[in-house]
Amino acid sequence: MIDAIDWQLLARVQQGLPLVSRPYADIGKGLNLSENEVLKRVARLKQQGVIKRLGVVVNHRRLGYTANAMVVFDVAASLIEQIGEHVSQFSFVNLCYQRPAQGEQWPYNLYCMIHGKNKEKVLQQLEYLKQSCGLLQCKSEVLFSKQCFKQRGALYQMSPDQEKEKV
Amino acid sequence: MLSPLHKQLLNDFQQNLPISATPYQDIALSLGVTEDDVLLAFQELQDQQFIARIGSVIAPNLIGVSALMAMAVPTENLIKTAEIVNQYPEVNHNYERDNRFNLWFVLIAKDKSSLQTVIADIELTTGYNTLYLPLIADYFINLGFEIDFDD
Repeated sequence: MIDAIDWQLLARVQQGLPLVSRPYADIGKGLNLSENEVLKRVARLKQQGVIKRLGVVVNHRRLGYTANAMVVFDVAASLIEQIGEHVSQFSFVNLCYQRPAQGEQWPYNLYCMIHGKNKEKVLQQLEYLKQSCGLLQCKSEVLFSKQCFKQRGALYQMSPDQEKEKV
Repeated sequence: MLSPLHKQLLNDFQQNLPISATPYQDIALSLGVTEDDVLLAFQELQDQQFIARIGSVIAPNLIGVSALMAMAVPTENLIKTAEIVNQYPEVNHNYERDNRFNLWFVLIAKDKSSLQTVIADIELTTGYNTLYLPLIADYFINLGFEIDFDD
């Protein structure tokens, strides 16, 4: 179970840990929690899988990874899980999701994200991925990102009365 | 320039920052440096925007409901349309991609009905239909992003 204090804590931890010797004590002060209480809650939220990961969130673009490709495939429903799990094991694949196809205008159901330092490298990696995962015959498209209009961490706007219904 | 310490901090602590009272001290011990070295190096990485933050990434759809959305917008209307979309607080990523579906954004709302309301409103205010692409399954096992520091 996740309570109202957990939500406040998640919102705070999402913004980032302060760079001080006792960051959880610091966070606790703002929420009227002891350092120990904060640590217990964070450990539990991680164990529950609510916090998917806790660590350094790198800025790919600043590190020279300016080629960001979303690759979409039209995969047979009977194979999608197996292929999805295979695709996700390649180190250059950042995300791998199944989403619903939308008829002929958008027939794709498997999505993966590849970050690379340039388009050529990304396309090479994609070829390797297609060969390795049996995707050469699948209909696919590569969508490189161009302008970024908005990007922010998923800070959910939860008010206390909404929070009670969740999870 | 990135020092060896900067690189280790970027690569080795994406997944499992120690959940302890003194995480930076723990990192320092594991790397054989001082806590002050770690704090200073992280501060430098943050100041130079190599890292967005040291914090949590929350599992999709555990909190609220999210969906990837796409729109096919004529190029001359793209920026104006992107600005309209950005005004919705439910939008947290919004990108141009090189495709006939050229505007891609992620919506997060508290439940499915509020999500549908926002989608209908975005279609109305922009004048374009959307592709609604919610997550069905997440296959990704995050083992961390290995940064290649060469070239």
